[in-house]
Amino acid sequence: MKTWKLVLFLTLLLLLTLPGMAWAADEPVVDTGDTAFVIISSALVMLMTPGLALFYGGMVRRKNVLSTIMQSFIIIAVISVQWVLIGYTLAFGPDKGHLIGSLSYLGFKGVGMAPNADYAGTVPHQIFAMFQLMFAIITPALITGSIAERMRFPAFLAFTVLWATFIYDPLAHWVWGVNGWIRNLGALDFAGGTVVHISSGVSGLIAALVLGKRRGYGKEPMLPHQLPMTVLGAGILWFGWFGFNAGSALTANGLATNAFVVTNTSAAAAALSWTIAEWLHHGKPTVLGAASGAVAGLVAITPASGFVTPMASVVIGLVGGVICYLGVSVLKSKLGYDDSLDAFGCHGIGGTWGAIATGLFATRAINPLGADGLFYGNPGLMKAQLISILATYAFAAIGTFVILKVVNAFTRIRATADEELTGLDLTMHGEEAYRDLVMSASMTRSTTRERIAGSTSVSAQTP
Amino acid sequence: MKKIEAIVRPSKLDEIKDALGKFGIHGMTVTEVIGCGLQKGKKEVYRGTEYTIDLLPKIKIEIVIRDKWVDEVIRILINTARTGEIGDGKIFVYPVENAVRIRTGESGEAAI
Repeated sequence: MKTWKLVLFLTLLLLLTLPGMAWAADEPVVDTGDTAFVIISSALVMLMTPGLALFYGGMVRRKNVLSTIMQSFIIIAVISVQWVLIGYTLAFGPDKGHLIGSLSYLGFKGVGMAPNADYAGTVPHQIFAMFQLMFAIITPALITGSIAERMRFPAFLAFTVLWATFIYDPLAHWVWGVNGWIRNLGALDFAGGTVVHISSGVSGLIAALVLGKRRGYGKEPMLPHQLPMTVLGAGILWFGWFGFNAGSALTANGLATNAFVVTNTSAAAAALSWTIAEWLHHGKPTVLGAASGAVAGLVAITPASGFVTPMASVVIGLVGGVICYLGVSVLKSKLGYDDSLDAFGCHGIGGTWGAIATGLFATRAINPLGADGLFYGNPGLMKAQLISILATYAFAAIGTFVILKVVNAFTRIRATADEELTGLDLTMHGEEAYRDLVMSASMTRSTTRERIAGSTSVSAQTP
Repeated sequence: MKKIEAIVRPSKLDEIKDALGKFGIHGMTVTEVIGCGLQKGKKEVYRGTEYTIDLLPKIKIEIVIRDKWVDEVIRILINTARTGEIGDGKIFVYPVENAVRIRTGESGEAAI
């Protein structure tokens, strides 16, 4: 009797769900767990850019710390608007000729609360677009490491908008967009090894070459002014990277947790290998080395994070830490370019290694939707990876060069000798991060105004 | 009057201040300075690039005293500031023409 009632009750319950099931067959259903996960992941990735601002801010001289932080911070604002207006549709709008997204999503038109099954079938289209926005923000911010301490702010703003629109958005479409040509090749980039790291690193290198070296580079020491700030920034980057890589699964599932495991493991392995390499090479295990190594390991695992085993991530991290260390310490000084804070050394070189490592270590045992790499008997993936690396190098390098030349035709990109000597904080933004105790006591409001008005002749006015 | 200017190791400041205080000297001007001399610079490494920092931090202590105290003060400074290693610093002695206490207008030795 009791059993009969229970069966009846369960049958009724099942009947109640029928309309829902019928509806589910027609269009994708929003999964609350996945949605919560992607919302949190988006916020985590957002925090990476202020973290990057601190990471870079600590490495510049004290007269340039605000301008360096501002470059990352203002990008959050600039790209957030650009993305809604045009960026998202260029990157993720319906494909046009395998090269670019169409303008269907201009101004976020049609980007609503229902899922977009092309990219993430279980979360609202809006949060997928916002998750992608955070990647579009941090990528140009990474470039600021190469141009630190010498680029004029107005030119920097123009460069950022143009670079995001003409380099990042198309590249994201090639690699991640449905029917993008690199995606169609079968190249794998789980969370942005080529789109984010190679593109920003290579663009940074070209920008450093076009801008030229900082005045006095190589002759006078240009030392980090606040390493604790840099280490805090590296910690925030590591924290946010869980959203970057695990979040790229776009579902709260096992693939996301595997990405979490390999991300943390690679960061740790690279922090160790960079520190030990520097220890053996120069006699001291530096804190900056540990922080830089962690970032290098995070970069290296990014494209591979959805396709490789935890053991592979140990190798990817160990190798990533050492080659990035050699890149910034040996390669940079041999070739003599002024990649101020090593955006190319960490992101360009680390991203390239990561894309190659994906071609070596990827396995369908981790992700059935991925592919097997060379070590699992499939050399074809490596070919696709190499093509995607070369295409990204060429596109980012040429695009950055052209954009900088165009911007320079309208407004000078390089700060003057006087501006550089005084520091960009005062000359570009009219502020100082740290004030001398005695000097601040003697400053009145009117002199503040004079300082801001005559920003380039500040050094002459100082008593 | 004489001005004694002593460039010493930063770690020795408290010891020197105590010793001078016991002797009866409570007025002094202390400045953080950097400089170089016989002591070798220190090596720092940033991302695999070595830098030698030639200018090292020191403390400059300036005191103005009566002529007759000069030898004793120098002896106190040497006894407290010396470690025997290169980098202990130097002492300079200058003649002082006058001294004025701003609050009262007193001048000469009465003002120090």
